[in-house]
This record gives sequence, C-alpha cells and structure tokens, in this order.
Amino acid sequence: MNSVDSIPAKNSLLSSQAESERTLYPYVTGTSVIGIKYNDGILLVADMGGSYGSTLRYKSVERLKPVGKHSLIGGGGEISDFQEILRKLDELILYDNMWDDGNSLGPKEVHSYLSRVMYNRRNKFDPFWNSLVLGGMKKGQKYLGTVNMIGVHYEDNHVATGFGNHLAQPILRDEWHENLSFEDGVKLLEKCMRVLLYRDRSAINKLQIAKITEEGITISQPYALKTFWNFSAFQNPTLGAEGSW
Amino acid sequence: MTKQQANWSPYDNNGGTCVAIAGADYCVIAADTRMSTGYSILTRDYSKISKLADKSMMASSGFQADVRALQKLLAARHSIYQHQHNKQMSCPAMAQLLSNTLYYKRFFPYYAFNVLGGLDNEGKGCVFTYDAVGSYERVGYSSQGSGATLITPFLDNQLKSPSPLLLPAQDAVTPLSESEAIDLVKTCFVSATERDIYTGDKLEIVILNADGICREYMDLRKD
Amino acid sequence: MFRNQYDTDVTTWSPAGRLFQVEYAMEAVKQGSAAIGLRSKTHVVLASVNKANSELSSHQKKIFKVDDHIGVGIAGLTADGRVLSRYMRSECINYSYSFESPLPVGRLVVQLADKAQVCTQRSWKRPYGVGLLVGGLDESGAHLYYNCPSGNYFEYQAFAIGSRSQAAKTYLERKFENFMDSSREDLLKHALFALRETLQGEKLTSSICTVSVLGAGEAFHILDQETVEALINAFEVGAEEGPTDEGAAADQGGGATDQGAASADEGVAAMDI
Repeated sequence: MNSVDSIPAKNSLLSSQAESERTLYPYVTGTSVIGIKYNDGILLVADMGGSYGSTLRYKSVERLKPVGKHSLIGGGGEISDFQEILRKLDELILYDNMWDDGNSLGPKEVHSYLSRVMYNRRNKFDPFWNSLVLGGMKKGQKYLGTVNMIGVHYEDNHVATGFGNHLAQPILRDEWHENLSFEDGVKLLEKCMRVLLYRDRSAINKLQIAKITEEGITISQPYALKTFWNFSAFQNPTLGAEGSW
Repeated sequence: MTKQQANWSPYDNNGGTCVAIAGADYCVIAADTRMSTGYSILTRDYSKISKLADKSMMASSGFQADVRALQKLLAARHSIYQHQHNKQMSCPAMAQLLSNTLYYKRFFPYYAFNVLGGLDNEGKGCVFTYDAVGSYERVGYSSQGSGATLITPFLDNQLKSPSPLLLPAQDAVTPLSESEAIDLVKTCFVSATERDIYTGDKLEIVILNADGICREYMDLRKD
Repeated sequence: MFRNQYDTDVTTWSPAGRLFQVEYAMEAVKQGSAAIGLRSKTHVVLASVNKANSELSSHQKKIFKVDDHIGVGIAGLTADGRVLSRYMRSECINYSYSFESPLPVGRLVVQLADKAQVCTQRSWKRPYGVGLLVGGLDESGAHLYYNCPSGNYFEYQAFAIGSRSQAAKTYLERKFENFMDSSREDLLKHALFALRETLQGEKLTSSICTVSVLGAGEAFHILDQETVEALINAFEVGAEEGPTDEGAAADQGGGATDQGAASADEGVAAMDI
C-alpha cells in the first residue's frame, strides 16, 4: 500500500493545498449495508463499527437513520461524510415540512436528490466517500435503492454495498422472494450479516436492523448474533508447530 | 495512516451493450439490462434505453452516473424545446443536440457510449452513433458498448450495407423487414452474452414505427 | 390643482396606508381581456377571451403550459405574463431534475408570489402588471390559485380576472358549490358559460376563446379550435342570450342569484391589497 505523500501531485488541481480540502481517502469507515423488500415494507441492516484503517476505532456508530416519515437511509464508507449527508437531509426534510401543505418528499424523491448530491460532489472532485442504501415506503409503494460516491444509482428488490455485494447478494439472490414475512426477512438478513461477520475483517458483531412499513419507522436496539467458532478451520493452524504460538 | 484505497477515480465502467437498426419505416433499438462494476453485477434489471422524444430513443452504456445525468439533461432540454416550439423534437435535431451536449464536456467527458435511434421527418428509420465526446454519424445500424466489438462485425456481415464510400451516396437503411431485424438483434445479443461478461441478464428491445412505440423483452444468460 | 403626492414610486406609502403604484398594477389586470379558471376534485379548466388589438392582427396568447401538471391563464400585461410563465417553467424543470417528481402547485405559487412581492419593495423595480390564474394537480389534489401583482395569492374553487370578469364571477359564484364533484365535461361547460358572461352579448365562438384542461391522467393541454367549437355547439353556449341555466342540475334556483350578488361584493374586497 502506497503512502499518500509518495504519490507525486500530477497537476495543480490535486496539489497539496487542494488535497487537504477533499476526501481523497477516508478516515473512519463503516462497512456493508444490506437492504431488502419484504411483504409489508423494507428492512435495512448494518453493523455499528467505525474502522480507522484496520483499527476498530468506534463500536457504536449508528449507520441507519430515518429521513422524514417515509424514508430510511443506511450508510457505509466515511462516517463523517455520512453524518454530513444526514444533516443535509434533515434540513431538506425540515424545509419540506415547513410548507405544511400536504405534500411530502417520498423515498423516490429523496433517492433522486441524493443521487444528484453525490454526483455533483464527484463532479467537483470532492466526493462524499459513501455507499448509501435508501429504503422507504409511501402510499403503499415500497422503494429500495442505492447510490455510491461517484453517483452510480439503481433500484432493486435487494441491495448490498461493499463486501455485502460480494458475500450477501448471492445469498439474497438464492433466498429472497416477494412475500418474505418480517421474521423471515430478519432471519435472511442475519444470515447475511453472519457470513459478513466471519469473512469481512471490519464487520463487527453489534448490529441494528431498521424496518419501514406503512405504520412507520422502527430501528432496533443494537444486538449481537450467535456465532460458532469451533469449526476445525478456525482452530489455531500452528497448534502442532514447534516454536510457534 | 497508510492509504487503504486505490487512488480515487471519478469514473467507473458499468458495461452494457446497445444496438440500433434502421429500416425503411421502422427503427429497432436494443440494449441488455445488466449493470456491472468490475467483476460484480450491481443489478440485473436496469434499463439503458431512454425515450428522449416521441420519435427518438437513446440507448447508452458506459458510466451509469454520467449516462443518467446526460438523460436528465436531454429530458430538460426537450421540455424547454417543447415549450418554445410546441412540438416534439425530431430525431435528427435530437442527434445534433446530443452531439453538442457531449462536446460541451469535451475536457471532462460524459463516459457514455450512445446510439440514438428513431424516425426522421419522412418516417424513415434513422440511427446515429456517437463517441464519448460527441462526434457522430448517421448510419443504417450501429452497436456501442462492451459487446460492440463482438456485434459490429457480425452486423457488417449480415447487413452488407452499401459502402459509405460509394458515389452517389446510397441509402444506408437495411433491407430487412421489421421482424427480421428484431430476430437479428436477438441473435446478436445471445452471441455477445456468450463472450462478454458485461452483457447479459435480459434484453430490452424497443421498436419504433408508424404505429408508435412497442417494447419486447427476452431473457439472456445470467452468468 | 390636485395631484396625488404618493404615487410616484412603488415604495412610498400614502398616509392612508396604501401603495398606489401597486394598486395601479392591479388595475392593469382589470384592463386585460378576461381569463377564468375553475376546478373539481380531479380537474382544472382554464379559459380566456382572445382580443385582437386590431382587425389586422392576431390575438396574444393568454394561456400557457408550465408543465404536464400546471398551467396558467393571464390577464393584464401579457409580456409580464410570459416572463412569469417562463420562470415557472424553469422552476418546474429544475424541480423534476432534482427530485424526479412534479413540483407541488402550491409551492410554485408561493415562489411566484414572493417574486412579485419583491417588486413592491424595491425603488428601482416595477410591480408585474399581470394577474395569473394558476391551475395544477399534485398529491393533495387539483388546485386553482390567483396570483396578484401585490404579491398576494388566493386559492379558489373558481375565479375570473380581467375586463368584465365580474359577470363571470357572478355566474361562477352561482354554480361553484357543485364544482367539486363535477365531471370534466361539466367543468368545460361552466367555463364556456362563464366566459360568455364576460362578452356582454357578443356571440361566443371558438375563435375568440382559448380553453385548456388538466387533470388526473390528463396532462395540461390547450384544446384545439375544432374541439372548442364542438363543445360550444354541444352546450349551446353560442345561442344568443340563451338560458344560463342550461343543465338545470347545477342550478341553485331563485335564491342563488341574491347569494351570488352578495358574495360578489366580497370578491371585490378580496382583490384589494
């Protein structure tokens, strides 16, 4: 891995002064977020870790947040950028509510707006270093979409960012169906999170699940998954090796 | 702290293949619906075809965020055009607008590879093909995107369109019937899907003719 | 000789608490040929009278499409009306660019009113000399607003502005109570009848009016002349001094006329700042 300062500045746009004002690499990061549609709404899951490089720096980062009444957002990547985005969204929703005219921004609108925000920042070479998942429900319509730091965005029945796209998506493609009950949805997400916990170094065993339905938004208290580490593959491989530990 | 990520790039290649064929009184525009990044599939159902006006459809591959920005910009420009002229933009006019729009960002380009298909003012099929910075040409058929290298020579072989070097210029529209053209498009994509990892999942075909617009879908390999 | 000392610029108050320049701007609205609007739960109809300046000229366009879900009808300085509709169009386009959904009508009207208000508080500006009837549809239903040069705006069930609009208002006030559940056709009919009221005996023909509709599942559009002609014939609006109670279901009976006259005065009061 290269040190940042060993990379020669190629042009003035990327020179040291400008560099210090841009997110060209993240500091504290969250890992995967997973979202699925289920029979009466959307479920999102994310763990609560905040990694400083390979150091587990924070253990209680809330990465699932409500946005107004109809939307729910989950964020991976740079935590400070995510919190800045939340601030912007709260402001957006506040101004929307202030009209008090019976119109409100739904998840589709918030997703579209977020896509523009992320894309505009990438155009300024000053990206929000995040992968975002947006779930929501308005007027009986379920909505699930995602955006990343360069503005790539799409909708799907199940989405997963980061490592989740490699490890959780195959499980979801296998087991997801339109009529998942809440219980089955949670089970499916926990299965995904368990795989991530075993295989994603920065995933931690403290997570939250958020649900949005016609009734409203609920975000669970943090909890841990049951794990099993006694598979022989997990045992100390150097056990019999003399001189090793 | 040491850097964890590769140097940031404002671009990505989300893959995908687009084809358009113009006939005497129809135009077929097709694209697969897979969206990828690197070796990962992001989604299997993302439409690359957008309706820019009643008689022009654009199929675009490349970097999805740029493609979407381009589509939205053209949609906005088209509503302004409608307000000012009280009519739909013609396909050749849209073709010029698309070229100008792409060239406007010549030094920070839209990483988008487009084919624009539609019907011209005489009701004849037309296809315009572009590069990312706006150079374009009216042709009888075209393919763009990740599978273009596989499909273009096949179309050249099958359609044997008159050489553009012939004088006087010959009409470039294909002699095929509408249904033959649709079958040809399907064959192209089935073949491209075999060899191109960025093409697959589903094929979306849009057919424009005097009766209007109709859409058709066909499943492709998902691996 | 008497001269009004308080009307030489927009920002000077009269001792009676009036802004004369703003009131003059509102007078300009009354000079323009009439525009009317009415709505049901799901539809809005906007219509206007076309008055050509001379026998040799065409008339000016008085109804504008703003977006698929919003349209305006204007009375007063058409040039100002065009500028404001252009502003409204660009606001709609910008909103759908950001949110991929239509701009709520009420919000556009407030933005428009704020724009008009600024002109009443700057010494180097002049108020817009145009009244706008803004019809639109959003998630809270169909709406009709009247936007005035003073920066005030009002929501209406039905309204008429421009020259001799009082006659149309009287007609609409007599009928409006059934508008909410009216069909699209009924709205069109009432629009034509109301429009005829402003003509004072002149025959209503498709060449002297513009009619537009928008509603649930129907993007805003201006009806072509043949369609309007057909409607006029179907409803027998063209008949000289015909009974305005065509389609008696909508009529209230004898008492309604008085009621209409009474509230007509209120309508005038609302026009004041």
